[in-house]
Amino acid sequence: MTILFLITAVVILASAVMVVTSRNLVHAALWLVSALFGVAVLYALLNAGFLAVVQVVIYIGAIAILFIFAVMLTRREMRDTGPGLNKNWWVSALTSILTFGGLAFLLSSWSGFSQTPAAIPSGFDAVSALGDALISPDAFVLPFEVASVLLVAALVGAVYIAFNPRAGDSPRAGDSPRAGDSPRAGDSRK
Amino acid sequence: MIPLSWYLILSAALFSIGLFGVLARRNAIAILLGVELMLNAVNINLVAFWRYLDPVKITGQVFAIIVFAVAAAEVAVGLALVISVYRNRKTVVADELDMMKW
Amino acid sequence: MTTETINTLIWLIPLPPILAFFLIVLLTNRSKALSHTIGVGAAALSFLGSMAVFIQAIGKEHLGEDPFGNSIPWLPTGDTWFNVGVLIDPLGAAVLFFVSITIFMIFLYSVGYQNFGQPKGDHDRPGLPPHGATVTDELGHKHTVLSVEPMYSRFFAFLALFAFGMYTLVVSDNLLTMFVGWEIMGLCSYLLIGFWYGKESARNAAIKAFMTTRIGDVFMLLGISFLYSATGTLTFREIFTEEMLHALATTATPILGLSAAGLIALLLFIGTIGKSAQWPLHVWLPDAMEGPTPVSAMIHAATMVSAGVYAVIRMFPLLTADFTGHGLTTAMSVVAFIGAFTALFSATIAVAQNDIKRVLAYSTISQLGFMIAALGIGAYVAAAFHLITHAFFKALLFLGSGSVIHGMEHGVLHTGNHKVDPQDMFNMGGLRKKMPITFWTFLIGGFALSGFPVITAGFWSKDEILADAFGHGHWAVFATLAIAAFLTAFYTMRQITLTFLGEPRTEEAEHAQETPWTMTVPLMVLAFFAITYGWVGIPEHFPVLGGLIPNWFHEFVGGTLAEHPEAVEFSWIPLLTSLVVALGGLFFGWLVYRNVNSPAEDKLQIPVLKNKWYFDEAYDFLFVKPAYWFAETFIYKWMDTGVIDGILHAFGKVTAFLGTSIRQYIDKLIINEFMGDGTARVTQWFGGRLQPMQTGRIQQYMLASLGLLIVIGGLLFSMLVR
Repeated sequence: MTILFLITAVVILASAVMVVTSRNLVHAALWLVSALFGVAVLYALLNAGFLAVVQVVIYIGAIAILFIFAVMLTRREMRDTGPGLNKNWWVSALTSILTFGGLAFLLSSWSGFSQTPAAIPSGFDAVSALGDALISPDAFVLPFEVASVLLVAALVGAVYIAFNPRAGDSPRAGDSPRAGDSPRAGDSRK
Repeated sequence: MIPLSWYLILSAALFSIGLFGVLARRNAIAILLGVELMLNAVNINLVAFWRYLDPVKITGQVFAIIVFAVAAAEVAVGLALVISVYRNRKTVVADELDMMKW
Repeated sequence: MTTETINTLIWLIPLPPILAFFLIVLLTNRSKALSHTIGVGAAALSFLGSMAVFIQAIGKEHLGEDPFGNSIPWLPTGDTWFNVGVLIDPLGAAVLFFVSITIFMIFLYSVGYQNFGQPKGDHDRPGLPPHGATVTDELGHKHTVLSVEPMYSRFFAFLALFAFGMYTLVVSDNLLTMFVGWEIMGLCSYLLIGFWYGKESARNAAIKAFMTTRIGDVFMLLGISFLYSATGTLTFREIFTEEMLHALATTATPILGLSAAGLIALLLFIGTIGKSAQWPLHVWLPDAMEGPTPVSAMIHAATMVSAGVYAVIRMFPLLTADFTGHGLTTAMSVVAFIGAFTALFSATIAVAQNDIKRVLAYSTISQLGFMIAALGIGAYVAAAFHLITHAFFKALLFLGSGSVIHGMEHGVLHTGNHKVDPQDMFNMGGLRKKMPITFWTFLIGGFALSGFPVITAGFWSKDEILADAFGHGHWAVFATLAIAAFLTAFYTMRQITLTFLGEPRTEEAEHAQETPWTMTVPLMVLAFFAITYGWVGIPEHFPVLGGLIPNWFHEFVGGTLAEHPEAVEFSWIPLLTSLVVALGGLFFGWLVYRNVNSPAEDKLQIPVLKNKWYFDEAYDFLFVKPAYWFAETFIYKWMDTGVIDGILHAFGKVTAFLGTSIRQYIDKLIINEFMGDGTARVTQWFGGRLQPMQTGRIQQYMLASLGLLIVIGGLLFSMLVR
């Protein structure tokens, strides 16, 4: 267990470092996939099997793919894209280190910092409990539904923002947004 | 057993690395990658707390599920924005997107 | 008639004139006919009421002890009430008689005098005397005729107001309402003297009259106040009780050793000096001739100046409160002196006057002096008698002179020569043929004034005064009055000779005409009284005639006093003196003046006399000019313009200076530049310095906020945890 954890932790952290330092964005995205895998393993270690699967399916299967799509769509040329980090990267490094230090310090001063995991009662089915919680009116059905609305909104928003009237066979004149205001919300005036 | 502190330190480190990515990367998409890392760090924290404090109370996992949904939504919209900006400005370098300058 | 009715009637007597005043002023001012109807009607009503009361009064026994009248509580004064009311005792009844008749006659006379019925003048303007109108007769000849007075209604309104004042004075039972009537008449005197306000001389005369009488009125008011504070009442019958009079007579005052009664009487007498134009406040009466003649007649001959004498007669018990019968008190001596002196003084001036009205004015002053002197020596009945007879014949003389002037104006308009003064006696002459009624009535009046024996009223009254003076041993008064009587007869005959006798001296006199009935009828009525009124006062012991008719006047009016005055013993000396001076004066007057045709031939045109002993000039120098200097230079120039305006200007300058300084140094410099612009500049500088912070780069923003968060977090942590 401990070994497993340590290996997983190293993988995660190393992948994360590579994510933030790769010049090539595709590489960065792929390193992200690796990190996400590591996190999935971590979930499994924490007896949250469902979450592990969800992590893989959604994060890796959807979000990381989306990232790669986006990278493809925003490539200017195949050549070198310049330095990956901006001018003040050392300030950012300092800030992150400080943040880490601060968080670690804060957490360590909490009494339950080094506790051991609580026992799971036998016969406890986390998945079904999760399912109950997500649809039970006494529990979290409302946040669940709101989250679905959020996803719909994000979907519509993303489509709308990224919509390119020149590409594709969508008609121009009839293309009026449902809200009724002027199109090209993504337009920026020069 | 693995003490909780390990998980917490791990998530703190992941968070900081993500933070570094957000603050220091030039490419806008890379910034979003950093955000993803931060969200994952948060999720780790949540699940760890769920497991170590009171596994019967499923609230921790529910929270993590919601964070998943939110992260997905945010990525979708964010990338759509980046693409849109790329179309208009022909650049995804964050430093070049300074129209809000005085 | 019951006493109730009589009392009510007495209250109502002053009412018609005041109603007439308001009606004319508010409603009928436009209509001349309506106005004079209301005026004359009101005078007639008051006349009828007065006659009714008079008849009742003479029929009543012991009216003096139980007079008509009542009073009402009017003003609450602490624990008591101040009452006002009416009183008709014998004196009041007698005065009411002549006042009502003369007022009525004058109202009637005014209709003709103001030329009612004549056409409007060619260029008449309100404020100036009417100037004549051109009429074309059927043959196409143009004549200038007398024109109607433009301010016709106003005249009647003022006359009515005046009548109200006089009636109020006569029927009052207390000093306060009497004073009210007194002041109303003073006001009307001003209004009527200045009736033709377009003439500067009239305006000045009005002011002079008001000012001079005001001096007297102030002292009178002092006297009234003193009386009220000493006795707590102003009602005559309450003051003239034995106890009250005795108390006043025995209270000493620090002034001139007078008792309270004497001092009060003197103060009130000063009011009379003003009102009745005695020396030294006589200067206003001759100038008052600027007013229309009915005014001169009514106010300055018959009624208003008589009011002054009436006041003294009323207050006679007060004046004689400490009189024991032998030796005049201080107050009485003062009164007698002023009366006698004035009588002689103004008679000397009258001798040298050329204006027909001026002669009569000075004559009035002189005759009033007679009455005052009579009162001063204690001759109550004689003074009242002379007051009444004088009113009749003086009114007659004035109205007659008005008639003469009217006739002369006719002549002036005929010849068109407006430089001729229709009032100058040396322009007249021979008018007995042109204006017979006027002539005969004027003659009767003049003889009455001179004291022509037996058939004129003036003889009886004047003789009684002389008899009283002689009989009680007041030689100085007797001699003075006798000389004054001689001069009176002299200048009266002078006046009659120059005006009526002889031949017309000018063309205007040639063309004089008799005046209409509205003017001649009053003359005739008054002439009747001028003759007959004397016969009600024939002394008992008069040779031949005495005792034939009882001396009703003495009995009746004497009953007003608590102690019925004794009739003086008959003596031949005053009678002879009286006859000699009267007839002698008349004869000499005719003798000297039957051949005098111009002022140059008149030997009595001595400058001192002509210029009224230079009293006007003296007053001007002593009082008027200093007053003007005080007002114009001291108050206006120095105090008002210099000091007060100076202060205000200084304030202005200081404030302006403050204002500009504040503007320059505080407002502009500090507030505008330093605070206003300064803040802007500082903000701009800051903004400029902070501007580079806003780079538009989101990562820098995030770094900044995170950095700050760390700092704050650290601070909070360190503060809270420790």
